Amino acid sequence: MSAHTSTDTLASGTHAHPNPDAHGDGHDHGTRRTYLIGFALSVILTAIPFWLVMGDVIADTTIATLVIMGFGVVQIFVHMVYFLHMNTKSEGGWTMMAAIFTIIIIVIALSGSLWVMFHLNTNMMPGHIMNPADLI
Amino acid sequence: MSSHATTAEGEAPQFYELVPHHHAPHGSTQIGFWIYLMSDCLIFASLFAIYGVLGGNFAAGPSPEHLFNLQLVAVSTGALLLSSITYGFAMLDMDEGKKTGTLVWLVITGLLGAVFLGLTLYEFYHMIHEGAVPQRSAFLSAFFVLVGTHALHVTFGILWLVTLLVQIGAKGLIPANKIRVQCLSMFWHFLDVIWIGVFTVVYLMGMLR
Repeated sequence: MSAHTSTDTLASGTHAHPNPDAHGDGHDHGTRRTYLIGFALSVILTAIPFWLVMGDVIADTTIATLVIMGFGVVQIFVHMVYFLHMNTKSEGGWTMMAAIFTIIIIVIALSGSLWVMFHLNTNMMPGHIMNPADLI
Repeated sequence: MSSHATTAEGEAPQFYELVPHHHAPHGSTQIGFWIYLMSDCLIFASLFAIYGVLGGNFAAGPSPEHLFNLQLVAVSTGALLLSSITYGFAMLDMDEGKKTGTLVWLVITGLLGAVFLGLTLYEFYHMIHEGAVPQRSAFLSAFFVLVGTHALHVTFGILWLVTLLVQIGAKGLIPANKIRVQCLSMFWHFLDVIWIGVFTVVYLMGMLR
């Protein structure tokens, strides 16, 4: 075991866990207080958009849509921080790396699909086909 | 050439390990599970993209304001949100080594998940009864695939939770069970994050459209 000890100390030198076997993962699990803060925030961030839609508070649907999407994005981040305990340090930063990579792919997939298909719909309107023979 | 360079000094540093590196039994489980969740996230991203593209194609069929009942969605959202914090309390009790507390909070979480699932299935039944079946329009196909995939995830989450209850009941809070509870915690909170996207994009924005 003494041969192991030196390499283990080198490998996990940055970890300041008093008892590494207690969790074995280097994750922060939060406290009752952080869970309650996260829950309170998510209740507020859910209640407001539901109220906005059910009570017809904002007349302009474009503004209402943007506001609701804004609340959704903020709530997703609240959940990632308070419930999934995401931070830049867990697993040596790889959790955050994987998440950032995923978010980039999601943004490309969503914005790309919507953008392309919106233009496809517009261009496929019958009025836009000047000479049907050109399509063949 | 390079081998010359390293041996020239006579005491070249060795960059390989003579003794095999020893990992903790569950050292890489969490990061592996996280990467699974991220790939699952991409499945949902593509389903959201499909819904975003096809969500307005009603084919002269029913549209969201005819079908959706926001009161029902608000109740199921509340159940899922509440289940997130009860799972958090289960995690806290597990960290303190309280077996009974962990089991009780996990049972409450599972019941709230079952309430959510029951409401979703009731909504599906109601819609199908009214003729709003997946093959009616592109909007309904996209809706059933997106919401159905989420409901399927919740179903498997509840199955996993029941399995864990049995395992903790039989073996107690052993390290292997703790890792399993932590992985299910990530899965459960992840489903909650996906549901935020669903109720925002499908239900709330659908009513505004």
